[in-house]
Amino acid sequence: MERHSPRGFSFGCNPVSGILSLIAAWAIIGLPFVRSAPNRMMTGEPVGLWQVLIAGFSTPLPSTLGWLLGSVLLMCLLTSLLKPLRVILWLQVFAACALVVLLVAVAGAWAQHMALTQSANARTSLGGAFWILLVLAWLMAADALQRLTAGLLTRVVLLAAVAAGVVWMLASGAGDALSIMKEHANRADTFVAAVLRHLQIVLFALVPTVCIGLPLGWWVHRQRAANAAVFPVLNIIQTIPSIALFGLLMAPLALLAASFPQLARAGISGVGLAPGVIALVLYSLLPVVRGTLAGLQQVPQAVVDAARGMGMSDLQIAVRVQLPLALPVLLSGIQTATIAAIGMATITALIGAGGLGAIMFEGLFSSAQDLVLLGVVPIVGLAVLADALFKLIIKLVQITPQTTQHTTPQTIQTAP
Amino acid sequence: MIEFINIAKSYGGTRVIDGLNLKISQGEFVVVIGPSGSGKSTLLKMVNRMEDHDTGKILLNGEEIYKFELRALRLRMGYAIQSVGLFPHWTVERNIATVPQMLGWPQDKIHRRVSELLQLFQLEESLYRRRLPHQLSGGQQQRVGVARALAADPDVLLMDEPFGALDPATRSALQLEMKRVHKVSGKTIVLVTHDIDEALLLATKIVLLDKGRIVQVGSPMELLTHPANDFVVDFLGRSDLGIKRLSLETAGAFARAEVAIDGPGLSPDASLREVVSFMAVHRVMKVNVTGNEATHVGVVHAADIFSGTVPGHAT
Repeated sequence: MERHSPRGFSFGCNPVSGILSLIAAWAIIGLPFVRSAPNRMMTGEPVGLWQVLIAGFSTPLPSTLGWLLGSVLLMCLLTSLLKPLRVILWLQVFAACALVVLLVAVAGAWAQHMALTQSANARTSLGGAFWILLVLAWLMAADALQRLTAGLLTRVVLLAAVAAGVVWMLASGAGDALSIMKEHANRADTFVAAVLRHLQIVLFALVPTVCIGLPLGWWVHRQRAANAAVFPVLNIIQTIPSIALFGLLMAPLALLAASFPQLARAGISGVGLAPGVIALVLYSLLPVVRGTLAGLQQVPQAVVDAARGMGMSDLQIAVRVQLPLALPVLLSGIQTATIAAIGMATITALIGAGGLGAIMFEGLFSSAQDLVLLGVVPIVGLAVLADALFKLIIKLVQITPQTTQHTTPQTIQTAP
Repeated sequence: MIEFINIAKSYGGTRVIDGLNLKISQGEFVVVIGPSGSGKSTLLKMVNRMEDHDTGKILLNGEEIYKFELRALRLRMGYAIQSVGLFPHWTVERNIATVPQMLGWPQDKIHRRVSELLQLFQLEESLYRRRLPHQLSGGQQQRVGVARALAADPDVLLMDEPFGALDPATRSALQLEMKRVHKVSGKTIVLVTHDIDEALLLATKIVLLDKGRIVQVGSPMELLTHPANDFVVDFLGRSDLGIKRLSLETAGAFARAEVAIDGPGLSPDASLREVVSFMAVHRVMKVNVTGNEATHVGVVHAADIFSGTVPGHAT
C-alpha cells in the first residue's frame, strides 16, 4: 500500500500510537494535571490540563509555553492518525521528547502562577494526567524508535537530550514552585547525600556480588554437579521476602558486632548498611551466576576444543577465549542485578541503611505525597540511566553482530 | 615419525581402539578412514593427547608422547577440526598468529608468517588480514583454520574431518589446495574422514579402520587393486571400484606415441576417469593428449585403458 503513495501522507491509523492518543485524551479530560492547595496540609483542588491551557497565563512566556504544549499534543494526535512513514515517525519521536520537557515546564509555570496569584504557601502537586502523559510520551517514542529500527546511539542521545532538557529547566528554577521541588529545597543538603548513599549501597552490593558470582558461575559451568547444589540455594534465597531476610541477618550481625568490637568499629552492626548490603548481595547473586553460566555455555564447544588442541592452558582459554566471548551475556546478568539492586536498595532504608528509600518512607509515614515522589523519581531515573549505560557497554563489547551480515560480496572472493 | 604400539582404549566397557599398531613416516599424508564409530577420530586425538589411551605406547620421533609436557606437545602439532573453531572475536591475522604468539615469536616474524600463509591459501592479504571470521565464507574460514594449524611450522598436522561441513564445490577446491600445500611443505599430515573419495584423492597412505581395528593399510592404488577382504571392497564401493581406480591413473601414462587425430585434447594430468567420461560423451574410442602450450603428447585408446597395456607408450 505504501508503495502506491511513497511521498504523500495518507490516513491510516498506527494502532499503537492511536491507542496511546486515546488514553492521552482521556487523561487530559478526566484526570487532574496538577492539584492546587492553599497550604501543605490541605488536599489540593484538581486542575485539568485543558483548564491550564484555556485559563491562559498572566505573563507572556507561559502563554507561549501553553501554545507550544498544545501544538505538540495536537501533533502527537495527528501523527498517530497518519500512515507511519519515516517522516511521521521521526516527528512522533521529537514531539514525544518535546512533550516530556514541556509538561515539566508548563506544570512549573502553573505552580509559579498559583504562588504569585494565591499565596506563597500555595502547593501545586503533580496530578495523574501529568504522570500518564509522561509515560505515554515515553511509550510513543519507544514505539516510533522501534519502527524506525533506530540504533542504540540514537536512543542514548535522545535520552540524554531529554534528561538534559529537564535538568536544565529544573536547575534554572522553572519548577521551583512545584511542591516536589519545594520538598527538594527543604532538604537540599540531604537530598544529594541520599542519592550518593543510594549509589553507595548499590555499589557496595555489586562489587562483592560480581567477585563471588563470576567464580561461582565458572565453577557451575565446569562441574555439572555444582549446578544441582548452587541454583536451588540461590533460588530459595530469591523466595525469601526482603524484610524477612533483613530480620534473619540482624541477629547474627548484632551478635558478631557484640563479640568482635573491631567489627563494630568498622561499621558492622545489626542495622544499617551491613545487613542491607549483605541482603542485596544474596539477591543479586542469582542473575549474575545465571548470566555467567549462560555466557559461558554459549561459547561454541568447537572454539574451546580448538584452543585446547592448540596448546592453550585452561587459564589462557578462560581469559583469551571464554571470557571475551561470554562477556555480552555475562554483562546482561550484571545489568539485571544492578537494576534490581537499585530498586531493592530502597527497602534497606527500613533497617536504617539510608538512601533515597529513607526519603520515600518518610513521605509514606507522614502521608506527604510529594516527599514520596522526591524519593521515587530519582530511583526510577537511576534505574533508567543504569539500563542505558549497560546497554551501551554491552553493545561496545559485542564483536559479532546479532545478524550475521556477510560484508563480503561474492565478486571479491578470490578464486579457489 | 609417529608410531602407535599396541594401543587400546575403552569407553565404559566398549572397546573403541583395540590392539592397534601403525607407523607414520615423515612427509606422509595419512588418511584415516572408516565408518562412524570405528574409532578414527579417537585415534587422531590420542596423538595430541586430547584423548588418553589405556594401554600401549605412542611414540613421536621415537619418544613416548607422555614424556613431553602437554602444552609443548600440542604447540608442536597443528590441529584443525571440522567446525573450524576460529576465535570469533579475533581477526584472521590474530587467529593465525595464535600459536606463534604463545611461542613468543617476535612481532615482525609473526607478521611475515601470516602474510606467507595467507598467500599459500590464496587469500588476498589486504582484503582478509583484518577481517573477523564471521565476515568470511565457509571455505575461507576453513582455509584460515588450516593456516592457523600450520602457523608455527609444526612437525605434524592433525586434521579431524576438516572439510566435512563444506559444500561439494568448496570441498574439492580445498582438497586440491591441501594436496598442493602438502607437496610444497612436505609436512606429515594425518587426516580423518569418512569420505572415501577424499581419502583416495589426498592420501599417500590410507588406514582403513573398523570397530577399533585396522582392516587394511596401503596406498590408494593398493587398496583398490588388492583389497584385503569384502569389508574393504564394500567400503570402497563395490560397484564402482574400477571407476575409482581409473581416477587414480593419468591420461599421460596411457598415451600412445601417435600423430594427433581430429578433435580436442585432454591434459596429461587428466585422470582416466575423465578420459572415459569424455569418450562416452563424444562417442569416440580415441582422444588426444595435449600438454602445455598445445604441444601434442599422444593419443589414448579406449582399448588400452581396459586392457591395461599401452603399445608404443608416448613418454
